[in-house]
Amino acid sequence: METLILTGNHAVAYAVKMARVQFISCYPITPQTGIVEKLSDFILNGELEAVFVPVESEHSAMAACIGASLTGVRTFTATCSHGLAYMHEMVHWASATRLPIIMAVVNRTIGPPWNIWAEHGDSISQRDTGWIQLYTSNHQEAFDTVLQAYKVAEDPDVLLPVMVCLEGFVLSHTVQPVVIPNQEDVDAFIPHEPWKHIIIDVDNPITHGNLQMPEDWFYEFRFLMHRAMEAAKEKIVRCSKDFEKTFGRNHGHLVEEYKCDGADVILLSMGSLADQAKVAVDVLRDEGYKAGALKLRAFRPFPEEELRRVAKKTKCILVIDRNLSPGKGGAVASELKAALYGFKGMPMVLECVAGLGGRDVTLEEEVNLMKQAFKVVEEGGEPSGIIWLGLK
Amino acid sequence: MSAKKVFQEAPEEYVLPGNSACQGCGSTLALRWVLKALGKKTVIVNPASCGCVYVGLYPRTAISVPYIQVAFAAGPAAASGIVGGLEARGEKDVTVICWAGDGGTADIGVSSLSGSAERNTNYIYFCYDNEAYMNTGTQRSGSTPAGAWTTTTPMGKKEGKKDMALIMAAHRIPYVATSCSSYPLDLYDKTKKAKIIKGTRYIHILTPCPPGWRFDTELTVKIGRLAVQSGMWLLYEIENGVFHLSAPSRKILENPEKRVSVRDYIKAQGRFRVVREDEIKRLQETIDEKLEKVAELDGKPLFF
Repeated sequence: METLILTGNHAVAYAVKMARVQFISCYPITPQTGIVEKLSDFILNGELEAVFVPVESEHSAMAACIGASLTGVRTFTATCSHGLAYMHEMVHWASATRLPIIMAVVNRTIGPPWNIWAEHGDSISQRDTGWIQLYTSNHQEAFDTVLQAYKVAEDPDVLLPVMVCLEGFVLSHTVQPVVIPNQEDVDAFIPHEPWKHIIIDVDNPITHGNLQMPEDWFYEFRFLMHRAMEAAKEKIVRCSKDFEKTFGRNHGHLVEEYKCDGADVILLSMGSLADQAKVAVDVLRDEGYKAGALKLRAFRPFPEEELRRVAKKTKCILVIDRNLSPGKGGAVASELKAALYGFKGMPMVLECVAGLGGRDVTLEEEVNLMKQAFKVVEEGGEPSGIIWLGLK
Repeated sequence: MSAKKVFQEAPEEYVLPGNSACQGCGSTLALRWVLKALGKKTVIVNPASCGCVYVGLYPRTAISVPYIQVAFAAGPAAASGIVGGLEARGEKDVTVICWAGDGGTADIGVSSLSGSAERNTNYIYFCYDNEAYMNTGTQRSGSTPAGAWTTTTPMGKKEGKKDMALIMAAHRIPYVATSCSSYPLDLYDKTKKAKIIKGTRYIHILTPCPPGWRFDTELTVKIGRLAVQSGMWLLYEIENGVFHLSAPSRKILENPEKRVSVRDYIKAQGRFRVVREDEIKRLQETIDEKLEKVAELDGKPLFF
């Protein structure tokens, strides 16, 4: 075990190396490139024994990972933003083929205008593809989550690909200390056994993808994907607990609570803003506010039960979404409200869309936003649409 | 090699009866001979195309080697992944092929194909060329020849056919060949030769299509032969950059009396019904010029 000072990108690359990934295919895009550059170094200096295929597009990167995963080897790719959008067709193909591919998404805004900075809109727009989506808040969590992702994805009851999301620049290009575990412990945590449901074997030939008529099995295949997503909730929790036993850390399982007991207002967010929210809560608690913070770690599968469990404790959940569905609002707020609807004793939900295009959301802004929410609660008010933070 | 010897050497059938190809399909005929040449240890990647239909409806299949269907533009990249995965698995005796139509090759898949060739990915890419999007009901592709009717060129295509074999040769890959489903022995021999070469190999097969080209189903072989005998379609190899005409095309070059007029080829198909006589005359002149140039190139390096 050692502690290294790493960028978020390099933290991901170290985890990929320690997971003994056998096949990597990638196309460069800022701010993801640091991951594959580091992986290329690892392969060159012999620290990682993997086939590396530098393709001509993200569409091809995912297609190549699909091909490799069909041979039962552990695969990895990384992308973001326009690259992820360009890859979209194959993102669907990977999950519907039920392949445990892991992809780091270094969240970046989609243009125009060109913008290379952090936003969750790129991965949120892949919401319905059937990929598990885990959002990370710091470098250690990004490292740990890559390892956990392989364990969850390759579970025979899951067999779905996983996006490990970390915000561009905020995490990818900053440095933090990262505890690197012993290789033997990682090997024991994620032993690799090829998946058996679909595998290329010339002695046992299969065809895959054959046309289905509406009365055949397509509907059932999609039902099974949904069931696997539901199963993944428990697997993510168990994996996170097992991880803690071996490595002594956890980052929350599906959601992470911070001082939520007895809180009148809870701030719900994903990624780096969720870590900052803890500081905001401490500031508010010092001023006498009963504040709490809740980090959404898994966006897919969406942890409805856990969110309701926490929601029961409070009067108001304030959501900061670093994404926007124009004409509706933020994705997390929308989904939270749907998850709470119809259940007894559910709190008010206030929604804020902020941090788009990488615009900074400061601690002070988070604190003031929370104070606004407390005011609404005290005055017995109700939600009045999206709160825009510092809109010019 | 003679047909008799092929059936002795490769008696196994990998394209099984009961497949759901159209009657008279040139593509399945070509695949049958390709798989005879490659044998059991072959993995097929098939991007969206007629191949996704004639393989049969789930849960049945008509191809008895691994047959992986992928999205339209994804064939060469998925094949690259399988090649890499097999390498990581330490399997060295499996041949990976991509079996794609002309739309998947010349249009939507061209970026992926070019990338795989630039990386000299160790696989064989087959384009079965029925000269339009036949699976979706005959829309024009980059590989549709000038003059051909399609549902999106109701008065005949104005532009010419994209020359994919030469484009692929320009990638300086070790082996490029053209063939035709009406010349199965030519296709068999070229596939066998390609099998033992390392790197990216590209074989472009003209496969006549009765419903799309508008001819009777019993004429598939004849139409393909007319394409070659008229010089409309040339059979050749480019091995390590050196151009060689194949026997059927050399025959019409060396024995002009064995050549048929392009008019015979055009008039045998309903798809060229909108082509005027003066256009046929111009096409004949173009082919005559092409054959003269090809005669000069035979046996010589194609590129500087």
